[in-house]
Amino acid sequence: MIDSLVIPLLKIVIVLNATLVGVTYMVLLERKVIAWAQSRLGPMRVGPYGILQPIADAVKLMLKEDITPTRADKWVFTAAPIISMVPALIVYAVIPFGDKVHLFGRDISLFITDINVGLLYIVSVASVGVYGIILAGYASNSKFPLLASLRASAQLISYEVAVTLTLVSVILVAGTLSMVGIVRAQESAGVWFGFIQPIAFVIFFIGGLAETNRAPFDLPEAEQELTGGFHTEYSGMRFALFFLAEYANMIVVSSVATTLFLGGWLAPFPHWLPFLSIVPGWIWFLIKSFIFLYIFIWVRATLPRYRYDQLMRLGWKVLIPLAILNLVVTGIIKVLLL
Amino acid sequence: MAESIAFYTLSAFILGFALLVVTTKDTVHSVLFLVVDFLFVAALYVLLGAQFLAAIQVLVYAGGIVVLYLFVVMLVNLKRPPEEYRDPRRRSMLGIALSVAVLLELTAIGLYSRSYPAPALAAGAAAMPVTGNTEQVGWLLYTSYLIPFEIASMLLLVAMIGAIVLAKREL
Amino acid sequence: MFDTDELVINMGPQHPSTHGVLRVVLRLDGEKVVDLDVVIGYLHRGIEKLSENRNWTQIILLTDRMDYVAAATNNVGYCETVEKLLQLEVPRRARYVRTILCELQRIASHCLWIGTHAMDIGAMTVFLYAFRERELILDLFEEFCGARLTYNSMRIGGLPLDIPPGWEKKVLEFCNIMDGKLDEYEGLLTHNRIWLERTKGVGVLTAAEAIDLGLSGPPLRGSGVPRDLRKDEPYAAYDEMEFDIPLGTVGDTYDRYLVRLEEFRQSLRIIRQATQGIPEGPIVGKVPRLIKPLAGETYHAIESPKGELGYFIVSDGKSTNPYRFRVRPPSFCNLQALRRMAKGHLVADVVALIGSLDVVLGEVDR
Repeated sequence: MIDSLVIPLLKIVIVLNATLVGVTYMVLLERKVIAWAQSRLGPMRVGPYGILQPIADAVKLMLKEDITPTRADKWVFTAAPIISMVPALIVYAVIPFGDKVHLFGRDISLFITDINVGLLYIVSVASVGVYGIILAGYASNSKFPLLASLRASAQLISYEVAVTLTLVSVILVAGTLSMVGIVRAQESAGVWFGFIQPIAFVIFFIGGLAETNRAPFDLPEAEQELTGGFHTEYSGMRFALFFLAEYANMIVVSSVATTLFLGGWLAPFPHWLPFLSIVPGWIWFLIKSFIFLYIFIWVRATLPRYRYDQLMRLGWKVLIPLAILNLVVTGIIKVLLL
Repeated sequence: MAESIAFYTLSAFILGFALLVVTTKDTVHSVLFLVVDFLFVAALYVLLGAQFLAAIQVLVYAGGIVVLYLFVVMLVNLKRPPEEYRDPRRRSMLGIALSVAVLLELTAIGLYSRSYPAPALAAGAAAMPVTGNTEQVGWLLYTSYLIPFEIASMLLLVAMIGAIVLAKREL
Repeated sequence: MFDTDELVINMGPQHPSTHGVLRVVLRLDGEKVVDLDVVIGYLHRGIEKLSENRNWTQIILLTDRMDYVAAATNNVGYCETVEKLLQLEVPRRARYVRTILCELQRIASHCLWIGTHAMDIGAMTVFLYAFRERELILDLFEEFCGARLTYNSMRIGGLPLDIPPGWEKKVLEFCNIMDGKLDEYEGLLTHNRIWLERTKGVGVLTAAEAIDLGLSGPPLRGSGVPRDLRKDEPYAAYDEMEFDIPLGTVGDTYDRYLVRLEEFRQSLRIIRQATQGIPEGPIVGKVPRLIKPLAGETYHAIESPKGELGYFIVSDGKSTNPYRFRVRPPSFCNLQALRRMAKGHLVADVVALIGSLDVVLGEVDR
């Protein structure tokens, strides 16, 4: 009873809370890092060095007037941000933060569950997240947000193909779809898959940037464009949900990339530097995810943004053929080596 | 016991949402109910132990195909309001005719399968050299059902090329 | 098979990337721009009419507010035109200081240009870097005349005050800092694949088209036409300076970007020469107490950072106010090219093109 009900519930509570806090502080981190890249300081007033800024933002957004356009579809309008946020959160059910931890006389595994189609579950749940964007544009009952949302979702679907193909290459190398299985495969192979599958790694990262609508692929939500983007009509807490969903997706992509390509909770160089295993696995996981998040923010501060047709061309004419090529080569090598 | 409860609850939801799909006046709502329906069907697959199929159902059907339905529905809604049928009697006659046809088909299938029972597939399952849900599906797909698989991929390729030809203005 | 209709979209007048209150009405076919109409006048303050009720020295204040990004150049242009009408001799020291101020102003204006242009295309960090350098220039100006944006820093016949002691050293220090910073901007943009894709081949204007449209300044030189008033009709101390005129080849946005980037470096070259060679002497020439030119008219143009800035003044010989004061603003004439450049491009390019022309609405509307 305890093992099958209480412990997973506790894990869910801990993971959800950690994720939500992480997402709000991610906003602060982005503002700070971009500010430092631009020779300025970022938020400094609320709390020491601006640490309490996310709380101020949250309070402001909650107290803001909640406006719904008159002829908008009320149910769909309310559901859209929820549909955006939920997939980003439920992906955490299969992400392994670490191996085992011994607490209160029990061995508790540091993941909520390990289903045998873990990676597929992540991809399918992420594809449902597209609905949030489409419905947001539709429910605003205005031509421009609708067109912007259709463009954004077309971008998402296109890059989903490239990302899924790279994931298939990783599955080929690991031999299993389960997330824990993939980390254990990296453990037994002795090398992280990021080194065996560098092209897949790069394509996954670029696709991840496009999937989360981050620069340089953030044209659908760029303020300098005519159409205001799919979240024009949203204000207050609903807008906050969209905003947070974007950052939550970023953290998801970083976590998945860490698990698949950087060895999840494994310490680097286990044979040459065995003392590094003093640091518990989940801290390694957090460090690696953090590196990815930092690179996400760094890219946003540095690069200009792609035009929509160039973005689609990159996805369909460059990334997908490369991913297919990578898959074919991986398959051939796998067959020849066995 | 728990399985039966789960099955009947899921089926109730599936049938309920399917009913909503055909009775709602708003096309976009209809498509959304369809998505929810598909998600429940995926849950049904999980109940049957076909986890791979459940994930693929969500990924391909709910997350890909219905998205495209939604695109079309939204863009069509933009330009032309739904037209009213001028003859409500014709609509109900068509509905009754179609339901009778489907009912006859279902009865025919039921009677046929009763007289020619399907051969046991359990022997086939035991003869596979791999275990695990995804692996078994893969094994079957690429050995016994290879030709339907290839034909299906050809069909998809043709559909894709057809869509590009239709949408492109100059070639 | 399906008929599509064209979409008419309004961009502005309040819009983050139209560099002021500019309204652009676009006719789109899908994403392609079929036609474009520019609507101006939102910043019209009647400067030309106001000048008819001000005396010649008071008008200098008004000229500041036209191209408010590069105010010192406006001042210089106006003062030189009046000096031409009066046939006044400006002492050499004043001409040198005017050159230094004009070139500093060119760098400041181009800093703003590169910052906003890059930000429109998405590279937001360059905006803050460029403004950091612009602050240094504004500090130099503040030390000289006390203002950061609207300088009122010239008088007819020279300058109102002499440069403060130690100012030349600070200017030379700034030049050294700026060289390194230019390499920073280039490193971020010039060979960046995304920048190249967004600017190469966008808004191509051949040399003949550019001349037809009456362009001037970097848009004209970007198309390969070697016209720069500093070389063709030298004013201030430019005839004593050594510098090159960068030219483009294709006439697209990337060429205009490269031209302005090279203009940065040439301006630094001029400033160094001028600062190191400032002659001693009076800072203002022999100007009559009451400026009352004889009846006549004259036109004089200078090379402002945006292009050819011309002033046409008519004096009736009787009053201390001009009879007619007319400005030929470079941004107004350059803006005409937007329609030709934008046809056939996508909506996202229109923003890049407005930035590439470097328009300042204060000048366009006056």
